[in-house]
Amino acid sequence: MSTLRMRNLQKRYDNGFEAVPGLDLEIHDGEFLVLVGPSGCGKSTVLRMVAGLEDISGGELMIDDVVVNGMGPQQRDIAMVFQSYALYPNMTVADNIAFAMKLRKTDKVETAAKVAEVAELLELTMVLDRKPGQLSGGQRQRVAMGRAIVRNPKLFLMDEPLSNLDAKLRVQTRAEISKLQRRLGVTTMYVTHDQIEAMTMGDRVAVLRRGLLMQCASPSDLYESPENLFVAQFIGSPSMNVVLGSVSVGDDDSIDLKVGTQTISLIGEAAARLHRLRSYEGRDIAVGIRSEALGGDGTASVDVAVDLVEMLGSELLVHCTVEAPSVRAVDSGVEISDHRASSIVASLDPRHTVKVGDRLRLTVDTLRMHAFDLESGAAIGRQ
Amino acid sequence: MRLQLVKAAEHGSVVTWPLDQPLSEWSIDGMQKVAGLHRHVVRMVEGQISYVVKEIPDRLAEREWRLLRELAEAGLPTAEVIGVVTGRDAEADGLLITRHLDFSLPYRTLLSGRGLRIPYLGERMLDALAGLLVRLHLAGFYWGDCSLSNTLFRRDADALAAYIIDVETGERHEMLSVGQRRLDLQIATENVLGGLLDLQMGGLLADGIDPVETALAIEQSYEQLWVELTGVDEFNADETFRVDKRLRRLHELGFDAAELELVTTVDGSRLRLVPRVVEHGFHAQRLRALSGLEAGENQSRRLLNDISRYRAVLEQRGGSKVPESVAAARWLDERFERALGAIPPEMASKLEPAELYHQVLEHRWFLSERAGGDVGLDETVASYVADVLANAPAEQILTLDEM
Repeated sequence: MSTLRMRNLQKRYDNGFEAVPGLDLEIHDGEFLVLVGPSGCGKSTVLRMVAGLEDISGGELMIDDVVVNGMGPQQRDIAMVFQSYALYPNMTVADNIAFAMKLRKTDKVETAAKVAEVAELLELTMVLDRKPGQLSGGQRQRVAMGRAIVRNPKLFLMDEPLSNLDAKLRVQTRAEISKLQRRLGVTTMYVTHDQIEAMTMGDRVAVLRRGLLMQCASPSDLYESPENLFVAQFIGSPSMNVVLGSVSVGDDDSIDLKVGTQTISLIGEAAARLHRLRSYEGRDIAVGIRSEALGGDGTASVDVAVDLVEMLGSELLVHCTVEAPSVRAVDSGVEISDHRASSIVASLDPRHTVKVGDRLRLTVDTLRMHAFDLESGAAIGRQ
Repeated sequence: MRLQLVKAAEHGSVVTWPLDQPLSEWSIDGMQKVAGLHRHVVRMVEGQISYVVKEIPDRLAEREWRLLRELAEAGLPTAEVIGVVTGRDAEADGLLITRHLDFSLPYRTLLSGRGLRIPYLGERMLDALAGLLVRLHLAGFYWGDCSLSNTLFRRDADALAAYIIDVETGERHEMLSVGQRRLDLQIATENVLGGLLDLQMGGLLADGIDPVETALAIEQSYEQLWVELTGVDEFNADETFRVDKRLRRLHELGFDAAELELVTTVDGSRLRLVPRVVEHGFHAQRLRALSGLEAGENQSRRLLNDISRYRAVLEQRGGSKVPESVAAARWLDERFERALGAIPPEMASKLEPAELYHQVLEHRWFLSERAGGDVGLDETVASYVADVLANAPAEQILTLDEM
């Protein structure tokens, strides 16, 4: 049973650079929390502070309600998983898993019991007496995991463990890690720059940017209800389509979003969902919609010109031009493109026949639209 | 495809290799497999200059290329990186090319007890590893995977010198935190234990080496050396001789303090001495300056002692003082090169020159003990060649078969 709490956790370097200005985050007992963000966002710095590899400049780090700021890595009882574990060819699987316990002078009976327990969790029981050369690639990976697990740590830390694997092995290993963590129930912090990895693995995902927490929520909440433009565009592939729009409120309580020369009307439930847009009447906002919310069910529509069609088998990605500038989150805030037109992506049923040059009327699922403030980038309208 | 190559004139043969092909499919003259635990494909190309080629993802290859060069620039003991190949094609990994470290002993050979024996082998190895880690940490380098497989050893008189050869997990910082050093040490301890146990289980570990005790002793050896090199001394203001004492101690350990900080306490009665920049190679630098010879730190200490002894002999013969530089020049000509010149060329290449000379001195001591009196250099060399060197393997490049 282990919880991890960060209270205003800070990291400041001697040259004045604030890698983490102040982070409040909690990992619940048994939870798999993923820290994700672009390169340089501070996620590895946070992990390293938790691991005891970086000194903490301010704030508190607590493991099971004990402040561990001054404790070394070993005293924190955490395991950095996938620390380039080598498998020793002359040792059996059991020996490979357990040999480090000799350093702690653990007795043989206890060691054997622990190895048996870990082997069962990792589905290695039948191969305990084999040597690494007799194992499959997947089994070898699990033996490496076994070395970390057998130590019975309070917390697992994983820092981009799949980054050096090829795509196929990455997908396979991702699934293995998730499955294993669920069975073990060990509180885990996982760092990655890959948002697909984050979304498929985490119970919750914490999105970081320049050391600041942009949002921490379940994958589905992050995807469906991003709290700001950065999260909206970072999470999801393809990225959310976001263009400039302006707001007007109709007499019938509808909300009209003007996108270029076209109007998307939000009525009924869609208007109620984004009711706070009424306070933006006459103002410009960023209008967001995910690719799968275009071209399917919907009461509104938008006319586009097709630039590119990508057939992926399970879906058809259609890249189109819409007559409205694109909007994106940047370090300094929100940036509106100088170009009058921008490219958006729609994900259609693969049975559609679409070709480059076609003009399409794409339906818009207004119940899945998003709106963002152009100054702060914050999501509007759902509270 | 992009090849980055240093000293192109010296390493021009690299461009003739099939760099666009998978390493496991290369078939060029001098190709050898490299023994040891490897996560990637590794091959050696033997020749007038021998190289080690490792196939790793482009990103890692670029990173190692950069880190190895930084390590070398910082004067840290590492393999010399020669080139890196990236962008081979969408599926292929990159290539990292390093120069083979001549006279290096892979741990499997070293710890099997084959070849020329090294007394107290286990302790020598752990001292070498601990010393390497301390030097890396002093330079702000976190290794992340210190292990026997990632290290090469070279004879250094009665000791071993360790070289870092794999820096995939390495990081360079201004200064390492205590947590980073401790974790690096923990990783080293576990990995060394694993390596030694693996050898033991394969029946390849020399007698007298206890894997657990050796691995556990690394931490102690590291901490002792770390305190010696970085610890703060405090003493009375009238005890400035302690500064000299501290410097001598550093020199004994093979280090020199490029920068020392002496701070008076508030009331002026005490001094605090903090070594700020500590560099390895005190004796090696002295030997190089005096004789032009390149040698390991312990080898250099040994040779410098021999120069001192020869200087005393010259002074006694001549009845007057002999400057150190003159003594060194005469020693080089009348002892060092004379001794090495008496060794048949095909045997002289078995070991590094400084190591050969050191072993000749050791053999001379042994013969003199046995004879109850000094044995001359010429007689010593003849005996050494016949009784020791003739049966020793060539250590310049140890191939898989020889291991």
